[in-house]
Amino acid sequence: MELLIQQLFNGLTIGSVYALVALGLTLVYGILHIPNFAHGALYMVGGYVTLLMMTNFGVHYLLAILVSMAVVGVLSVLMERFIFYPLRHSPPIQDKVAAIGILLFLEALAQLLWGADYRTMPTPYGQVVNLFGLTLTMQRIIIVITAIAVMIALYAFLKKTFIGATIIAMAQNREGANLVGINTNKVAMLTFFIAGALAAIGASLTSPINLVFPGMGHLVILKAFVIIIIGGMGSVPGAILGGYILGFTESLGATYLANDYKDIIAFLLLVLILTIKPNGIFAKGGV
Amino acid sequence: MSSIFTKKNTVIALIVLAFVIPFVLQNQYYLHVLTLACIWSIAVYGLNLLAGFTGYLSLAHAGFFAIGAYSLGLLTVKAELSFWLAFLVAPIITMIIGTFVGIIALRTKEHFFAIYTLCVGYIIYLIIDKWDSLTGGVRGLIGIPSPANIGPISFDTPLSQYYFVLVVTLLCILMVYRIVHSLTGRTFIAIRNSEELALSLGISTAKNKLLSFVLSTFFAGVAGALYGSFIRFIGPEISYTTIMFDFLTYLIVGGIGTLSGPIVGTFLIVLLSQNLQFLQDYRMLIFGPLLTLLIIFSPRGIVGFVLTKYHQHQRKTSAVLKDARAKEG
Repeated sequence: MELLIQQLFNGLTIGSVYALVALGLTLVYGILHIPNFAHGALYMVGGYVTLLMMTNFGVHYLLAILVSMAVVGVLSVLMERFIFYPLRHSPPIQDKVAAIGILLFLEALAQLLWGADYRTMPTPYGQVVNLFGLTLTMQRIIIVITAIAVMIALYAFLKKTFIGATIIAMAQNREGANLVGINTNKVAMLTFFIAGALAAIGASLTSPINLVFPGMGHLVILKAFVIIIIGGMGSVPGAILGGYILGFTESLGATYLANDYKDIIAFLLLVLILTIKPNGIFAKGGV
Repeated sequence: MSSIFTKKNTVIALIVLAFVIPFVLQNQYYLHVLTLACIWSIAVYGLNLLAGFTGYLSLAHAGFFAIGAYSLGLLTVKAELSFWLAFLVAPIITMIIGTFVGIIALRTKEHFFAIYTLCVGYIIYLIIDKWDSLTGGVRGLIGIPSPANIGPISFDTPLSQYYFVLVVTLLCILMVYRIVHSLTGRTFIAIRNSEELALSLGISTAKNKLLSFVLSTFFAGVAGALYGSFIRFIGPEISYTTIMFDFLTYLIVGGIGTLSGPIVGTFLIVLLSQNLQFLQDYRMLIFGPLLTLLIIFSPRGIVGFVLTKYHQHQRKTSAVLKDARAKEG
């Protein structure tokens, strides 16, 4: 029983990170209909920026996360401006390939600048906490709390503010949004910024538990794709729900089935779902 | 003058060049590189058939390449089948697996298809990596035999292996050429241009898409089997996404949806990266942006660019001729 609860909590932590990354992916997909394969590279850059701010400049962990959010956000906006914007009228196969090009470039760059070795990120929240008979590390609690706070903030931003509403409007209908006077260029840039920042938060939160290396985005981005397909491409609640579904399935699967095959679970889940419903479970859900 | 450079003559000249080049180069290392480039280009032709001519970007292609290689490896090393039998069976196994994957994968479209196949590719990688007892896991498969003798012809020298691979490559290209110019090929192109329109013309899109998918896995399987017999050692990394993205780079640089694109792209990049050896780990610093820039400025790669310029030139000259004739007459 204790093991089960422990694993459920682990699922909650992993799920939170997945949900953050998937949120960025789904927002971008929602407004531009681009599956941004380079999102995993943004995630990786986010991890490195936080790590370097801490080790090289001695900045506090939380402040380093903020810097990382800004850097990756700007990088993401640049990507939109220079790559996806010029390609907005081309067939779908092309922006996929362009995104893959960026992914390869950023990974090689990270390897050149920071080396290929695995690095650990120090965290000021390493202490172990006993909660209702469960041993938890502070870092994991922080992941869950931060992730949920960010999600609530994002939801409030999208639903309650005018700027947030423009993102939703553009996701629903690009031409329509343009007609009512929304500057779709600005909205696209803003969305890419948010997506980049979310990836940076996700990477920075999980890095002290996992490791920082050039290929750290591979699996996460694949799983994020699985999540947004499960949750419906472009749907915000779907991404959050999907993130937690995957988190729980994985941590339970790793314990009760086979640890070796835990990474396969996500993909089998996807293959299963797409086999039954080729357009995802919540096909065409609004933001 | 221009009559010498017809399509037919150019192709014949290139084939002759391919056969003569080992004697000109006299360099074992370059021979090795050329052989590898031939093998890669077969796989890229498969990808081109599906992504370029049918419009479905499959990111599981490296997985099928690996299935071909592992089929050959397992059949010869573990089942101790004769080489030629294994060489025939390996692509068939790949096609059978490809059929099952294709039936399900092709229910999805566009982005979903790309992501779905990316995940299938990853599953193949994980299975090869983790199924220790069958595939040897991370240690890989060692001791795959090179092609067995056919009568007096033996394949133990690098030169003979180069010719063997070259002949198979030429046969594969011929096959692709025949497919693309057949009714089936036209059907693929119709599906690429508009699936709805093709459907309304009475084309069974489901059947043709599956055919294209299975054919593409066939070429991946042949390339994989050749790779296994040539390198004689295979590990799970041949199914990893890096190989997949290599294939994609070759295809995009050469020209997606063109007949000569795969071979142009593969040879160009393979030879280029040999000269940039010092960059090995960082070659994507160059090829990554190259991929992105090409897709923005010349979506059909080098071959597409040349073809467009050629047609423009032809149109211009014919327009000039017409003008001249009009003035005369």
